[in-house]
Amino acid sequence: MELIALLGLPLLGGAALALWGASPRAAELNALFSLATFVAGGALTARVILGGPLVIGNEQFFIDAFNVFLVALTSLVGLTTALFSRPYMRIETDRGHLSPGRLRLYHSMYQLFMFTMLLALTTNNMGILWVALEAATLTTVLLVSLYRTAASLEAAWKYFILCGVGIAQALFGTILLYFAAERLLGASGGALLWTHLDAVKGQLEPTVLAIAFVFLLVGYGTKVGLVPLHNWLPDAHAEGPTPVSAVLSGLLLNVALYAVVRCKILVVGALHSDLPGRMLMGFGLLSVLVAAFFLWRQRDVKRLFAYSSIEHMGIITFAFGMGGPVANFAALLHMTVHSLTKSAIFFAVGHATQKAGTQNMEDIRGLLLRSPTIGWGLMLGSLAILGMPPFGVFASEFLILTTAMREQPWATPILLLALGVAFGAIFRRVQPMVFGEPHARRLPHSPALLPVFAHLLLVLMLGLYIPGQLAAWYRLAAGLIG
Amino acid sequence: MQLVELLASLLLLLSFAMLAQRRIASLVNLFALQGAVLAASTVAVAASAGLHHLYYSAALTLALKVLLLPYFLRRLIARLDLQWDTETLARIPMQMLAGLGLVIFAFGLAQPISRFGHEITRETLGIAIAMVLLSLLMMIGRRKAVSQVVGFLALENGMVFAATTATQGMPMVVEFGIALDVLVGAVILGVFFFQIREQFDSLELRHLETLKED
Repeated sequence: MELIALLGLPLLGGAALALWGASPRAAELNALFSLATFVAGGALTARVILGGPLVIGNEQFFIDAFNVFLVALTSLVGLTTALFSRPYMRIETDRGHLSPGRLRLYHSMYQLFMFTMLLALTTNNMGILWVALEAATLTTVLLVSLYRTAASLEAAWKYFILCGVGIAQALFGTILLYFAAERLLGASGGALLWTHLDAVKGQLEPTVLAIAFVFLLVGYGTKVGLVPLHNWLPDAHAEGPTPVSAVLSGLLLNVALYAVVRCKILVVGALHSDLPGRMLMGFGLLSVLVAAFFLWRQRDVKRLFAYSSIEHMGIITFAFGMGGPVANFAALLHMTVHSLTKSAIFFAVGHATQKAGTQNMEDIRGLLLRSPTIGWGLMLGSLAILGMPPFGVFASEFLILTTAMREQPWATPILLLALGVAFGAIFRRVQPMVFGEPHARRLPHSPALLPVFAHLLLVLMLGLYIPGQLAAWYRLAAGLIG
Repeated sequence: MQLVELLASLLLLLSFAMLAQRRIASLVNLFALQGAVLAASTVAVAASAGLHHLYYSAALTLALKVLLLPYFLRRLIARLDLQWDTETLARIPMQMLAGLGLVIFAFGLAQPISRFGHEITRETLGIAIAMVLLSLLMMIGRRKAVSQVVGFLALENGMVFAATTATQGMPMVVEFGIALDVLVGAVILGVFFFQIREQFDSLELRHLETLKED
């Protein structure tokens, strides 16, 4: 029941907003659908936490502690981003950047994007997982190209081609997975269901699964933004509307990584070796390192934080690669706090760029004097994402680093170096934007700052104190990942 | 059984033909032909293995890859006035040689997998991988938006061929999902062409190379 609501509401919202997406109340309607989805997500979460994993809908849907935590996070960020996008998109429309038709497209695609994310998370079928992620690419391509400028068309084209080709590799990986499973499970259609695969993973043919994992990792890894498959990510973040950057960083990257981890669980079970873990660690470290150095060269504020997303995805991938209860716990925590912090930063950045009328960091100055709340939001968000205590990112990064020292000591200096470089790169840019001498425009609508501070408060809370139930839930999910 | 292998080698041949084809309108024809051979090979596998669900899969391929998408692409080409447009492809012989290398690599990659395959289709997985790699090579070599999309769709053909021969088809719900994604994707790209042309007055991809790290 909750699941039907969870998937049905955004789908219905997509259809409704395709009709009324340009009306004056469309933004409220969008937020209302997101709120209803969030309530459904909360109800589903409560049910799974209290009653254990669910396999429903003719076994096509499977919800356990691992994905229900992402369902809760996704629907929460979906709701807050909808709240943020209400004034943001109004300002854009008032300034003549968007026509009513485009606004309708935006609202409709926003809901459909939420649908694809939630479908990818809840499905039990590895084939449907692929279909949902590809559909997510299609909806976001339209969102990235919303402004129809030369740069946004280029970004969307690059995104489409790179992610389309990338995710085609994942389809080939899925075919190979099916190929290996069909021999054990028969062709009855059960051979792509994750729960069935998980039950027989020890008997799957190791050579086939090893090759399949390479394709799956490259395919879904493109969507995670792992280096060297990350080229689309900064462009797509920088050229699309800011609410889209927030959901790309906050949701899409997480869900793609979720797909990688689901595959890793199967392949580790079949291979009886740590090869998938080592591959994840390698890709993760490379992403952290390369992104940290690229951060220094950025001039566009949204590109800066896009590279920061690559860096954090690298950290999470590395942690999942190490495996074990502590590292998985830390990775899940980091997924949560990164998603909340990065979307909060994009909310603040969105209003800051609207005030300054540019995304060029040299031209954004003195936010603190002109609009203290946006300034503080950006400053605190940046400090949080840089891993300053007492925010939650500090807690998860600390856990990942200490685990790395114990289990993979060789990787620790690389991680520390990258974190240091990233700190310098971001802080040097954000400091003059927030302090410095101001020159800014007035905004025709008051900015939405509730989402920014709500997220930062949650991240602060997770840094100071993780409620016992939440910790137990993370531990449960970490145990499932193995 | 031998029919499947014959059709498989035809598919590989068509992949090479697409790699070398300069004219965009002919490229679409080759793509439609590849789809037709793909549908025929699916029917051949279905008949020799006695699998009924593969007939639906073949019908889906026929409808989508032979009728709908080529029709859509042809109309697009007509409306964008690209009938006589050609690519200036540099070094076709070099591309052919690279393609040959990829085919050898594909067969090497398929060897450890196809050992576990079905009787009928043991030899064809290598060809499916080769089709995928050749489409990738084609996409890299192209400088026009339309031919890059045809490359993308040909890559999808390789995937479908891998699915029919190696695993005798994916579950129907997944096949429908994939077909839906391809169709929606092609429509979105079609809309994109018009926007790109409106913005840049041409469909040359060199206009889309300005976003770089500086």
